[in-house]
Amino acid sequence: MLADFIESIAKIVFIFSINLGFFAPILGWVERKQSAVMQDRIGANRADIGGFTIMGLFHPIADAVKVLTKEDFIPAGANKFFHTIAPFICLVPAIATFAVVPFGGRYEIFGHQVNLVIADLDVGILYVFALASLATYGVVLAGWSSRSNWSLLGGLRASAQMLSYEVAMGLTIIGIIMVYGSLKLTEIGAAQANFFRWGIFLQPVGFILFLTCAIAENKRVPFDIPEAESELVAGYFTEYSGLKFVMFWMAEFLEIVTISGIVTTLFFGAWHLPFVTDAMLLSFFQFAGPNGAAILAMLVNVATFFAKVSFFIWLQMSIRWTLPRFRYDQIMRLCWKMILPISLINIFVTGLVVLL
Amino acid sequence: MPDIEKDLHTDYMVINMGPSHPVTHGTVKFLATLDGETIVDLKVDIGYLHRGFEKMCESGTWQQVIPYTDRLNYVSPLINNTGYALAVEKLIGIDTPERCKYIRVIACELSRLADHLTNVAAAGLELGAFTAFLYFVEARELVWDLIEDLCGARVTANYVRIGGVKSDLPDDFKEKTARVFKRCRELWLDVDKLLTKNRVFIDRVRDVGVISGDEAIAYGFTGPCLRACGVPYDVRKAQPYLVYDRMDFEVPIGEKGDNFDKYLVRMEEIKQSMRIVEQALEQIPRGPINIDMPQFRWQSKDDIGNRIDSLIFHFKTVIEGIKPPPGEIYLAVEGANGELGFYLVSDGSGKPYKCRVRPPCFVLTAAMSRLMKGRLIADIVPTFDMINMIGGECDR
Repeated sequence: MLADFIESIAKIVFIFSINLGFFAPILGWVERKQSAVMQDRIGANRADIGGFTIMGLFHPIADAVKVLTKEDFIPAGANKFFHTIAPFICLVPAIATFAVVPFGGRYEIFGHQVNLVIADLDVGILYVFALASLATYGVVLAGWSSRSNWSLLGGLRASAQMLSYEVAMGLTIIGIIMVYGSLKLTEIGAAQANFFRWGIFLQPVGFILFLTCAIAENKRVPFDIPEAESELVAGYFTEYSGLKFVMFWMAEFLEIVTISGIVTTLFFGAWHLPFVTDAMLLSFFQFAGPNGAAILAMLVNVATFFAKVSFFIWLQMSIRWTLPRFRYDQIMRLCWKMILPISLINIFVTGLVVLL
Repeated sequence: MPDIEKDLHTDYMVINMGPSHPVTHGTVKFLATLDGETIVDLKVDIGYLHRGFEKMCESGTWQQVIPYTDRLNYVSPLINNTGYALAVEKLIGIDTPERCKYIRVIACELSRLADHLTNVAAAGLELGAFTAFLYFVEARELVWDLIEDLCGARVTANYVRIGGVKSDLPDDFKEKTARVFKRCRELWLDVDKLLTKNRVFIDRVRDVGVISGDEAIAYGFTGPCLRACGVPYDVRKAQPYLVYDRMDFEVPIGEKGDNFDKYLVRMEEIKQSMRIVEQALEQIPRGPINIDMPQFRWQSKDDIGNRIDSLIFHFKTVIEGIKPPPGEIYLAVEGANGELGFYLVSDGSGKPYKCRVRPPCFVLTAAMSRLMKGRLIADIVPTFDMINMIGGECDR
């Protein structure tokens, strides 16, 4: 009982620290540096402590200090309550979604079963969609409560876009659920131990559609019409400043991590190394004894998982800095007239193949 | 649906875009009436950058107008300089030396290059393609380096003089231009790959801002926007000035007149401008850069210090200004945005009696509401960028 408790706390602390303590601040830096590399620039390199800049890695700290000392501005006539609560509604689901994403398999350490997922829910993937829907409220409320026309337009666009893409995203994933016969992310992950059983090979169309929908759901370029800076100034968060603004910003980065985590779990073999089974790992680390071998295998798996996550973060950033932005009607057309029918066909074909 | 519309009270949303808004990079205001995302009506409110250019010109001597013209289209100041100087020279009835004409052509085309690079870069930026923006900004920086070598300033060039130019080409200008153009062509190819065949970009600019050739002429369109409609009007070909008739270059035209055609025309003109500069650098003869008429263009500092007649003319032209004969003149050059015309009236004194500018982007901006009615609010962005309204030139 106590061991279970400690295990849960350890996992929560681990995910919290890696998401909020590592990914959220570091992604701001990664985005600046990666865009700089892509655009022949130097990028952030000025913040220093005692003359050391370590490639601008102090910028997240400088940003944090700046943000904490900024005025928290609420425009006159805004609905104070909703204006304040909206960024929380955005951020909390972004943090909580990762709870069902497994970042490793099951290991027996000192006679205790360790399952590397915070909450191994039976409805796994449905929980992800449920929380993604919650985030829509944050965006819409932010747009509505700011009492600014730009925010309102941004909120309207966001509600239409996010609702549409949730429908499509739900359908793109059905193929994967049919193939693996489970909604549990841990089981889907465990089913991909064989390299040729990875989701990408069984559901290539589903993968492309899901990634598109996920980026659209996260409202990043080319799908960033709710905040399209050249049209709506900053869209739904035009009237936000200081810490509340950063909460939207952090929600976006955490969603990048979560999307990468889910894509890795569903399509890219989760925590498995290609061509290496868990049994091979355990026998490879035999020299450390059964417990040591389990711990080492666990570390390798967790590292594999986060390496894959990092790859997808890189991919999303590359897309963001390469493409221009869609127009509102084009985004809706893409969703309802292209992605939705293709995902339905995908489900149909998958059903046929599974049946036969 | 009709029942809902009857029961539900709906209203148009009136929204102010600008004068300080990311899309209005020339300080202009759009008063948009929106039905959801659709534009019912769009009013363009200009004049935020009005500095009284035309009135200012009347208070200084003829030569003192040249720095003011830098601030018209500040993205291509050398074309403005040249246009004004040519108009005054025509008013006086003088012709500059050959070398000066070639230098002016080089200066004009470098300016056009910088302008089109900026414009296409901004088109990318405003549609969210930040990378394409920075690629062309790098190219523009290099072109500005050349302009800096030429006249010592990057933006406010103040280079052309009535009857000549400020200084000769620097020594290694040809080699440096070759290096810069090599890099510019690489960057051009990069941006071409990023935008021209990019489905998202094409979707955003194709069939947006369409205008027919006849209607464009009725509005008074000139320059790349008119050529995009399929009308091959270019002042450099229609009424060749300087030595443009000796240059081998194409005038690209579009088919539909939509934003994509305007983009393609500008991309092609970037290449043509580079060709013109290269030809001019090949053909440029040796010789004087200033006209030898001390009453209009002062002589070298050496002469002014040592010869009494030079000193007298220098004193007279600086204090009283040069004195064109009474008369009026209209002369147009091909500006980066279209026909840039100067209408000058002289009463025989050292100051212009009237200096009126025909800004190409004024009429283009006037067509915004026609182009935008019934479109989506997001279409304002690429259309206004392809209009390339420059506040300094439009508002004067």
